[in-house]
Amino acid sequence: MDPQGSKNIVASPEPEPIIRPGHTFETVTDKISAIVLSRGTTPGWAFGLLIGFSLLMLLNLVVTLLMVKGVGIWGIRVPTAWGFAIVNFVWWIGIGHAGTLISAILLLLHQKWRTSINRFAEAMTIFAVMCAGMFPLLHMGRPWLFFYLMPYPNPMWLWPQFRSPLVWDVFAVSTYFTVSLLFWFVGLIPDLATLRDRAKHPAVKTIYGIFSLGWRGSAVHWSRYEMASLLLAGLATPLVVSVHTVVSLDFASSLIPGWHSTIFPPYFVAGAIYSGFAMVLTLAIPIRSVYHLEDLVTDRHLDIMAKVMLATGIIVAYGYATETFMAFYSGSETERFMMMNRLAGPYAGLYWMLIACNIVIPQLLWIRRVRRSIAFLFVISLVVNVGMWLERFVIVVISLHRDFIPSSWGMYYPTKWDWATYAGTFGLFITMFFLFIRFLPMISIVEVRSLVHETNEEKSHS
Amino acid sequence: MAQIFHRSMNLLSRVSIYGAILVVGALGYALYALALSPWYTEQTMVRPQPVPFSHRHHAGELGIDCRYCHSSVEKSSFAGLPPTQTCMTCHSQIWTNAAMLEPVRASYRDDTSLAWTRVNALPDFVYFDHSIHVSKGIGCTTCHGKIADMALTYRAGTLYMSWCLECHRQPEKYVRPKSEVFNAFYEPPSNQIESGKKLVKEYDIQSLQHCSVCHR
Repeated sequence: MDPQGSKNIVASPEPEPIIRPGHTFETVTDKISAIVLSRGTTPGWAFGLLIGFSLLMLLNLVVTLLMVKGVGIWGIRVPTAWGFAIVNFVWWIGIGHAGTLISAILLLLHQKWRTSINRFAEAMTIFAVMCAGMFPLLHMGRPWLFFYLMPYPNPMWLWPQFRSPLVWDVFAVSTYFTVSLLFWFVGLIPDLATLRDRAKHPAVKTIYGIFSLGWRGSAVHWSRYEMASLLLAGLATPLVVSVHTVVSLDFASSLIPGWHSTIFPPYFVAGAIYSGFAMVLTLAIPIRSVYHLEDLVTDRHLDIMAKVMLATGIIVAYGYATETFMAFYSGSETERFMMMNRLAGPYAGLYWMLIACNIVIPQLLWIRRVRRSIAFLFVISLVVNVGMWLERFVIVVISLHRDFIPSSWGMYYPTKWDWATYAGTFGLFITMFFLFIRFLPMISIVEVRSLVHETNEEKSHS
Repeated sequence: MAQIFHRSMNLLSRVSIYGAILVVGALGYALYALALSPWYTEQTMVRPQPVPFSHRHHAGELGIDCRYCHSSVEKSSFAGLPPTQTCMTCHSQIWTNAAMLEPVRASYRDDTSLAWTRVNALPDFVYFDHSIHVSKGIGCTTCHGKIADMALTYRAGTLYMSWCLECHRQPEKYVRPKSEVFNAFYEPPSNQIESGKKLVKEYDIQSLQHCSVCHR
């Protein structure tokens, strides 16, 4: 070892600041709270909410029709009994994973850049899980009996079938929702108190006052707040991995060719984070330009998220490669047929679209100029969202429509009500998200302030 | 800065946290209790019948054997409702002019069935067979209650699955000697569990509990 060697290493250029310099505690608080308190209701926001709410009413219509007529209004027909409902369930729940990863794992790993995006990423998680959770319930056919899935004392003396992954799903998703909601709310408390103190109208003061739970910002409050956040982050961390693992077991523990595979859990988790980050980008890019938050959600944030997408996308690509290889290596006739059916069967077009969306196009993210281009990033994030939806369609439909017995093969065609249900959950998501950005601080004021503090300290030391 | 909330909110907020848990718990318990109550299960409700037939009179006071009317109980899944001819074996001789029995006579004259209202109706998704139960030492009154004391017939059990499983899990608590199956006044002995266990063994009662025993 050359002791002088270390001196020869070229110092890496000064890392780009996470948020644009020039911010003080006050400007951060002003900027974020003004969006809620003084910006008022703009026509653009109202128009967006109108679109979301219209779609939500469409969901209302579909669900009513579903209750009256049953799941037959959807395109699910034997042999493809799992259609859009399961595809959309997996897709939505996957999207949620980015929020939890950002808020929990990156908190534990002290990744400072997360502070600007964690609030709305967590909100995205919660709303996505709400959309996801509806699908299995509606798919049951008799959603009003959903409580049969819970182990509760009942006059049938019956427990749910604990050996069924579908029951694990219930626990995984409801735990996920509860922990995400708690985590989000605990993080909101100091910000709600800020809004309470800055609000002018007494009714607004009271409402934010109720939800800020009497926060006064004392040292005891802060120490408990930090502890609670840390504990919840610890609780949420395994959920990033466990929820989509359990979702994948819905498939993997069956014997259907193309589902019965041990790679499913890791490959589902990677896919979930992949689609989640794509969705965070899809949301962050328009929001930061509409609300002029480019100095808080900087190009560096988008760049980092693009890199995460690239990394998880490569894991997903590895998953596809392994699936294909194992189908041939297994020597199993049905597995091989399933793979040939994917590559060249009636739904082959969708499979190749999936490869294009999830593997080929995202390779552009290797190029720094693409990662720095808002338009490119936005389009790629949409492409990945579509690709991940196609992945679930390929897994659910192609495996089911032709399995072991050729005499019972069939085709799956979604009906207009399938599309309407899917669009309706977008309505729920958009409505919730618009209400969120109007009434809650979409960026964590507290955490960005602490970031300003640390950035300034570093500067004064150097 | 002025206070938004009164001091009492401190107490109220704490109370509401514990209160919410308590209220939700109490609500759950109340719902469960309600689901088991006769008001909801309609257990003790007497249904309107074409003729106010009294099991107390026929099975209790007169001591007519259950099988005289419910003749297929030992051979079939269905215990059987008697044809009007069975009623008329006696009522062609006694109470021949009673106004109460006019529907019975009309049914006999016109050769139409009496339309009784079922009291113990299991849902269609449950398979139940009377014959196996009576031939394994389960008495009529075990499920149908003190039928010999019912002036008008009502359902004695909830017909909930827990009610079936109660016996299917511990048949020794209910089984009786085969000779006593049709005894409408049978009282279990003080050593029921002990003798029950012996009978379970002797009659080879299997305590079947898997789903497809009843949900075929």
